[in-house]
Amino acid sequence: MKTRREFIKISALGIGAAAIAAQSNKWGLGSPLFAATKKGNYTSATKIVSTYCEVCFWKCAAWAHVDDNGKVLKLIGNDADPQCNGRLCPRGTGGVGMLYDDDRLKTPLIRVTENGKQTYREASWDEALDFIANKMKEIAAANGPESVALFNHGSAGSHFSHLLKAFGSATITAPSYAQCRGPREVGFETTFGSQIGSPEPTDIRDTRCLVLIGSHLGENMHNGQVQEFSDAIDKGATIITVDPRLSIAANKSKYWLPIKPSTDMALLLAWIHVLIFDELYNKEYVEKHSIGLEQLKEHVRPFTPEWAYGITTIQPSLIRNTAKEMADNAPSVLVHPGRHVTWYGDDAQRSRAIAIINGLLGSWGARGGFFMKEGASIPDFPHPAYPKPAWSWHELLNGKFPFATMSVSNTFIDASIASEDNKHPIKAWFIAGTNLPVAIPLMSQMEKALQDLELVVVVDTMPTEVTGFADVVLPECTYLERHDDLRDAPHREPTIALREPATEPKWESKPAWWIAKELGERLGLHDYFAYDTFEEVIKWQLEQKGLTLEEMQSKGVVVLPRKTESPYLDPKESHQFKTPSGKIEFYSSTLAAAGFDPMPVYTPHPEPEEGFYRLIYGRAPMHTFSRTVNNPNLADLMDENTVWVHPKVASLWGLQEGKYTYLRNQDAITSDFPIKIRVTERIRWDSVYMVHGFGHNRKELSNAFGKGIDDTQLITKVLIDPLMGGTGMRSNFVTFASTGAHNEEEAAI
Amino acid sequence: MRYAMAIDTLKCVGCSDCVIACQMENNVPLGFCRDWVVESVHGTYPQVGLELRSERCNHCENAPCVRCCPTGASHIVDGGIVLVTPEKCIGCGACIQACPYDARYSHPEGYVDKCTFCVHRIDEGLDPACVAVCPTKCMYFGDLDDVNSDISKILARRKFKALAPEAGTNPQIYYLV
Repeated sequence: MKTRREFIKISALGIGAAAIAAQSNKWGLGSPLFAATKKGNYTSATKIVSTYCEVCFWKCAAWAHVDDNGKVLKLIGNDADPQCNGRLCPRGTGGVGMLYDDDRLKTPLIRVTENGKQTYREASWDEALDFIANKMKEIAAANGPESVALFNHGSAGSHFSHLLKAFGSATITAPSYAQCRGPREVGFETTFGSQIGSPEPTDIRDTRCLVLIGSHLGENMHNGQVQEFSDAIDKGATIITVDPRLSIAANKSKYWLPIKPSTDMALLLAWIHVLIFDELYNKEYVEKHSIGLEQLKEHVRPFTPEWAYGITTIQPSLIRNTAKEMADNAPSVLVHPGRHVTWYGDDAQRSRAIAIINGLLGSWGARGGFFMKEGASIPDFPHPAYPKPAWSWHELLNGKFPFATMSVSNTFIDASIASEDNKHPIKAWFIAGTNLPVAIPLMSQMEKALQDLELVVVVDTMPTEVTGFADVVLPECTYLERHDDLRDAPHREPTIALREPATEPKWESKPAWWIAKELGERLGLHDYFAYDTFEEVIKWQLEQKGLTLEEMQSKGVVVLPRKTESPYLDPKESHQFKTPSGKIEFYSSTLAAAGFDPMPVYTPHPEPEEGFYRLIYGRAPMHTFSRTVNNPNLADLMDENTVWVHPKVASLWGLQEGKYTYLRNQDAITSDFPIKIRVTERIRWDSVYMVHGFGHNRKELSNAFGKGIDDTQLITKVLIDPLMGGTGMRSNFVTFASTGAHNEEEAAI
Repeated sequence: MRYAMAIDTLKCVGCSDCVIACQMENNVPLGFCRDWVVESVHGTYPQVGLELRSERCNHCENAPCVRCCPTGASHIVDGGIVLVTPEKCIGCGACIQACPYDARYSHPEGYVDKCTFCVHRIDEGLDPACVAVCPTKCMYFGDLDDVNSDISKILARRKFKALAPEAGTNPQIYYLV
């Protein structure tokens, strides 16, 4: 069936693309990245330029080492940056590969129909930007500016947020909430009145006891946390890890609890039971700072370790011992809130159980627990007030998800599917720096939305899956070729980091700030973009903080003094928590009033049928989801994911290490590609595991195409969190299949 | 002077930053590496454990690669560092066969290449690239003849092992266990 918006393969462009590519020589950057010199890179850099990393969102400050030809030779962490302490992670070290990836988007592209077939043709920036601006004006005239929405992730997002807000739309979202960390923000806010945010204010460096619930630090390479994790090991901290897989962190733990997947809540309730009934909790702290202990005590009375044993398969003695270990180290104990926590649809409540345990131990505000972070509060460059939109993400919730504190991406998708019930229809999408088909489950819904939209604009560096759905594709340059906002990452001390271009943009790519400004000018929004270069913006902002650009260029990072004296609460002082009661709320009247459980309860979750295994996914230290798998340097470290299978399961199915299998899920969806089998004792027999972000079906991603499986494709059952709209993705089950549903050619379309 | 490296397997997370930092620092062509990470799993679920090791040339005191080299390209310099002179190397590959650690590879330009302990960095007073980048700070590099060096101190304090001691090469990469 022909659709309005056919998925277009950018590789079909042919000669034009090659001609554009040849122009790269004008920058002197046409030479291959690893033209081997026997001397090594070290001696040939002639200047260093301050940047901060964009390979993940930890944003470590770094120095780009650049030679006389403008070639970036290597990236080295900035010693002054508390996020990285001079040591980038493998992704940051390999960030150069993002710059010199020949598969990058090279020129603006516009969707056209030629001989009845949709394709892209190359366009000039003027033509592409005029097209978008005219379409935006048309859509705003008919439906209001609010119907232009933004999906964003990463540094480019702030420039387009500014553009849309100036245009009159606050219909802005990111998959990082409903597909990732949203539930923990709600769980902690309803308990402590504060969200966790990013980077996490976890005082791992000084903790005496670190508890990880499914968090796999070391594989999840958020740099500062991993560095502090190593410091904690050095200092002999007790590590307790709950994971059905022997993760790297589990292997470094004094206690590994190989839990039956989906039963974490039962374990958490049993821990609360032990802490209260064995009187192990931090009595002074609880008395001073909390309300609801009595109700909590009654609530957890039945949830003994023996009760939890029958659910979790964790021995009661182990549950008691680990609770005692936490209490013995309190308040320097940290039950980590995790990061990607959209698992089973009751995730905000599970996060609340984690928050409650931290409350009982007194770790919030304690050294070795959670510190009170502080940011640099960098003022916005002067611009007129944004017009007030008639509606925004709140209205898209349609009365659902009352505890959502940020926009819920899936409600944006629903509002983009044409329907008479849509009170607030979305007509256009800007997609900046996020590959939606791999980031958000339920592709069928997204495909419907993409057919109905009047304008889809994708801004990216790479021809990712989502670019194939765009009307206009805009090639953004990489972080090493552009200015961006000053980095303000709240932490123990406020810091400011500078990103300047280390080299000229390759091909026709442009910085996001420039794209947003050019669109703004065309939309009559000049007053919001009253600068010629982004350096002017940065200079002005630095001046407001009493800093100069020259100082930032020589230091890269500046650490500012805190406004409050200490990142820890004074145990002698009282503290006003930002909850309705001003206290830590073990019992939440707010949740009760909204019709939710005021205290977390255990709900059994779906189990696999015979012959099926729970699909668990996670991260590898050298990749950031799908955004890095085509990076030639990082692909060199890991170019495909594997499916981890327990040896008994392997023998049952005749699966051999190193051979390939397809996977089929409970809804009879079969993977596009086969995946390599890894037979290992590190995984439970009821589950399989794979790293997220692989299995790309676009041939123009030449290093990533067809390598491994995209777990998102197999996540067709999603359990929605009624508190905040999170998409629980861990109730999908797979079995092994000898053939795929498609051959490769079909899969690529 | 006796340069050596100690790597703490209890802190290593196997992230391969050492591998890519080396590739970037030393222009190692894609598809090749001078260091790499090995994971060895022991036991059965749930009594299972694993060891992660960042491996590379062991800069052996009794180096079979140097002994078997027909042209003198493989040689030992001050501090016990084993190096290859590309201009002298004829690419015969005898050293690759002789190495018990599989630490050498044939560079596409026709010579044998391997870890140099980043001798160009050591000369400037810097740590090798792998040591300098490691996010877990699990690597220690220094002079074993100096009892006050970090590496001497950590080896005095911790249990350690070396790989393939049966080969009799007296390797200089130590794994803290």
